[in-house]
Order: sequence, then C-alpha cells, then structure tokens
Amino acid sequence: MADIEKKQGINSRRRFLITVTSVAGGIASAAIATPFVMSMMPSERAKAAGAPVEVDLTKLEPGMLLLVEWRGKVVWVLDRTPEMLATLKKLDGEVADPKSEKQQQPPYAQNETRSIKPAILVVEGVCTHLGCSPVFRKDIAPADLGPDWIGGFFCPCHGSKFDLAGRVYKHVPAPTNLVVPPHMYLSDTRLLIGSDKESA
Amino acid sequence: MSKRLESMIGWIDARFPLTSNWKAHLTEYYAPKNFNFWYYFGSLAMLVLVNQLLTGIFLTMNYKPDASMAFGSVEYIMRDVDFGWLIRYMHSTGASMFFVVVYLHMFRGMMYGSYRKPRELLWLIGMGIFFVLMMLAFTGYILPWGQMSYWGAQVIVSMIGAIPMVGPTLSNWLLGDFMLSDAALNRFFAYHVVTLPVLLVTLVVVHILALHEVGSNNPDGIEIKANKHPVTNIPVDGIPFHPYYTVKDIFGVVVFLMVFCGIIFFAPEMGGYFLEYNNFIPANTLQTPDHIAPVWYFTPYYSMLRAVTVNFLWIDAKLWGIILMGGSVAIFALLPWLDRSPVKSIRYKGPIFKFALFLFVISVLVLGWLGTKSPTPLYTILAQVFTVIYFAFFILMPWYSKIDKTKPEPTRVKE
Repeated sequence: MADIEKKQGINSRRRFLITVTSVAGGIASAAIATPFVMSMMPSERAKAAGAPVEVDLTKLEPGMLLLVEWRGKVVWVLDRTPEMLATLKKLDGEVADPKSEKQQQPPYAQNETRSIKPAILVVEGVCTHLGCSPVFRKDIAPADLGPDWIGGFFCPCHGSKFDLAGRVYKHVPAPTNLVVPPHMYLSDTRLLIGSDKESA
Repeated sequence: MSKRLESMIGWIDARFPLTSNWKAHLTEYYAPKNFNFWYYFGSLAMLVLVNQLLTGIFLTMNYKPDASMAFGSVEYIMRDVDFGWLIRYMHSTGASMFFVVVYLHMFRGMMYGSYRKPRELLWLIGMGIFFVLMMLAFTGYILPWGQMSYWGAQVIVSMIGAIPMVGPTLSNWLLGDFMLSDAALNRFFAYHVVTLPVLLVTLVVVHILALHEVGSNNPDGIEIKANKHPVTNIPVDGIPFHPYYTVKDIFGVVVFLMVFCGIIFFAPEMGGYFLEYNNFIPANTLQTPDHIAPVWYFTPYYSMLRAVTVNFLWIDAKLWGIILMGGSVAIFALLPWLDRSPVKSIRYKGPIFKFALFLFVISVLVLGWLGTKSPTPLYTILAQVFTVIYFAFFILMPWYSKIDKTKPEPTRVKE
C-alpha cells in the first residue's frame, strides 16, 4: 500500500483532501436523503385527523355490541348483562393480567370491569397480537371454542381469546389485554371516545 | 449469413459487445449434459417474470390506487375493460405460478446441493430474489383493497409495530399514517409497480451473471469444469446452452403454458387458493372476516407465526412468532454453511439426509395446510411439532450431514 502511495505520489495533503471530499459527499448524501425519508412520515392532514367521536347510547341494549369507528380503528361499546359481568370473576385464573396491571387502559378503567360504568365496556376492537378485529362470541360452550367457553372475544386470525372485559387469556399469541381508549360520559347516554376529563 | 447482415453485426460489434455476449451466455455457455426435469424451473421463472411485467403494465392503465376507488377499478377491469379479465387472471395466476416454479427451483437446489461451494453467492442472490418476490406478492395482494387485502396487510404491518423500541415509529413511517389507510395503499402501489420490479429484474440479471461465472450444477453434483478437453478447453460433459437447452426449455414452456392456460380458463380462483373469496368483498375496517388466511404460498410461515403461544425467556409469544416466521425464511440463506456433507447431490448422500429432506418437505406441506385452517388446540399442537421439525432440518444439518454414510461421487456425469 505504502509503496503504491509513494509511486502515485499520494502525500498527506492529498489523503486529507480525499477524506474531506468523502466526508462532504457523505453529508450531502444524507442531507438529500432526509426530505425523501421525511416525506414518508404521516402528513399534516393525517396528523390533523383523529378527532374524538361522540356516541349516542340510547339504543344500546343489554348484551348488545356497538361498533364505533375512531381514528380508523374499531371501538366496541358493549353493554354487559349481570350474567356477563359474573363471568369475569370466574376467569381471574384463566387470564394473563387479571388486575390489568399493564398500562393498556387509562387509570379510571383499571378496575375489575375495566370500565367507568361497570356494565359498559369501551375497548378498542383491535387484537393486541397483530391487529385483527376479534369476533364477539357470547355463545356458551360452542363446538369450536370448547366446553369451557363462557363468552368473550375470539380472534379468528391467530386464535387469541379475550374475556368480556377485554382481558387476554393465558397461552394465546396476544401478549396484552385489549386497549381501553380515552373516553368519558358527556351525559348518561352520550359517550365521547378519544378524549377524557384530564385531557379535555 | 448474408454479407449485408454480417457487416451490420460487425458494425454493432465495433460499438457494443453483441456477439461476444451472445457467445458467452448462449452458444458458448457450456452447461452439463445431464440436466433433468428439475432444471426447467429457472427458465420458467423468467417466463413468469415476463408475464407479470407485461400484464402488470396493462393493469396499471385501469387500476386506481385510491382506497375509495381501488376495489371498484378492479371490478371495472374484470367486467368492462375488453379482455381485462384475461389480463388480470394472467397476472393473478402468474403470481401463484411464480411461487410454484420458484419453490420447485429451490427444492432442486436443495436436492442437488446447488448452494454448495462455489455457488454460495449464487444461492444468496437467489434468496434476495425470493425475498423481493415475497414483497411483491404482499404489496400486490393489497391493491384490490378487499377484505383479505386489508386484514392481511393489517397483520403484516402490525408485525413491524411489534419490533422493540423503533416499531411504532417505523410503522407510521411505512404506512404514512397512524393506521392502515389510503396513504399506505398509494405507496404500496408505488413499491409494487416501480421499486420492487426494478429490484427484481436487476437481481435476476445478477443471478444469471453469477450462474454463468461459476457454471451450472447438475444432478450428479460434480464440477464439469474439473474435466476439460485438452485442446478445446471445453468441459467434456458440457453442451452449449443454445441450441441444446433453449430447445429443451421451449418444450418446458409449452407444457407449462398448457397448465397455465388451463388454470386461467377453468379455475382462476383455484378453489379460493389463488384468489380468496373474502377478497371479493370490499375492505371493511370495522370487521375482520371470520376466517382469514394468507394465499397458499405464505401459509407455512403463517402457521409458524401463530404456533408460539408461550412466553419464553424475556421475549413474549408475539415477538417469538414473528422471529420464527422471519427465521423460517432467512434460514435458507445459511444452507451453504450448514451442509457439511462431502458430496453435493442427493444421489450420493446417505439415508439420513434423504430422510431429513423427506421430513422437511412433509413439514412444509403440513404447515402449509394448517395455515389455511382456523386455529384449534389440536392444530396449534401440530403446528408446533412441525415447526420444530422444520427448524431441526436446518439446525441439526451440520451434524447429520457429517455423520451420514455417503456414496463416492463419479468423475463423469451419468448419461
């Protein structure tokens, strides 16, 4: 190497210039790449979308599941019957995070029913595994889910199971409970999804 | 050759290496004379590539990459564009047939040890092609924006979000939004019709250049270049690619096209395996179809993705599933270094390798079948067992390929 350098007359001044040119070229490449990379981030319009949505609960009946679209995701509003609520206690041993200790919900939903009003569950219908929307299966002991099934949500994509509070069963692909979005009640029958008292 | 043509070629040759390349890659590229049935699939893969490029161009003339118009524009192609149905079925059938021929092409390589020295880099370039092909299949499947397009994409992009630390930011960057939406459809279209095809064609050219540098392997797995004619310096077991193998490959093309046309005209949906019925329903962001499964060529990996149901070490089951799925594809790249057998071809390998390869094929088929089914406890256990077999084939190879009782390789290829 040294011999070649001597022959070609590469002295320290030339080597310095080669280094400086390479570094300058590298910086220029990175600089020109930046706008292209940044253009792929969510646009200002995408950022501006996602306002809270208001839901009218007057038509919600016990045992009924309401689908609401918020930020392109589905949010479930489920009015649980007393029988449904009674299943939650029985499943404490079956679910991975019975006390909702992982931060998958705002503090006001970190309770036994994972809700503000005990009966009404507000939860994102998005499986925490890979984003499918689980199916509401209130039938008891169906053939495909086995005799121990007492109602809950079943993800058809990869077989994850959740109970009627969105708590994930043990030994399924999904790692955590379903996410409870920020929400608040504007009145007894008006629910606001996407905003709560603290951030409002 | 007429004088005029000769002088015209001479004119070109003085300005562009036409004749020299024609010779180097066709008339004076010497391939082993013992190629068999398994050697059709490389040229067939190129045929399908041309089919995809041509039909794809015509599809872009009527397709609209817009979440509110995409589904309708595909229906428009199917119903209102003259011969639109034919062009689309050629493209959708071509996608599946691409994987058929590529899987057979890879299996050929595994049987005859085509990944062994000096063809390691050739194999790696091939893996690159396989990866780009999978990306193309995925981005293409999203374009009709049907239920399976949407929810299939949802599953894949959620995997990116599961990468520790950078996942969520990376996911937003890839989607151009905080969820799967029009922005993502628009850019997946750009990848599908510009970025990935350019990459694929480039890699295919590089693959062929690398092949012609090291020369083709053959069913006996011995180097024909080791035995050259003393005067001509041509491998004694080699024959010119053109006309010998061009004619052979044309025969393969004719048979392939008969099968291909049969599928296009009589079973373009292939009973839901080539085109899934749920994808004839427009994307509904609020409801996942009751049963979702990827197209057949992804089902083995999909089975492994959902096979993991227990947390292990500090990694949770979800990330393990993703690691296994990625690993199941990436591990092929290690084959050249995992195989320690003194011989290349299955013809001279011992019973352990033959049994291992047989088990591997069975596990791929079972995992592929399971991937089309809804998960039940029994199916999950089956998927776990065959996932272990799948990986054992690779991970244990350095040992079993070494202790296996091989037969001596011949010095000349068999007729």
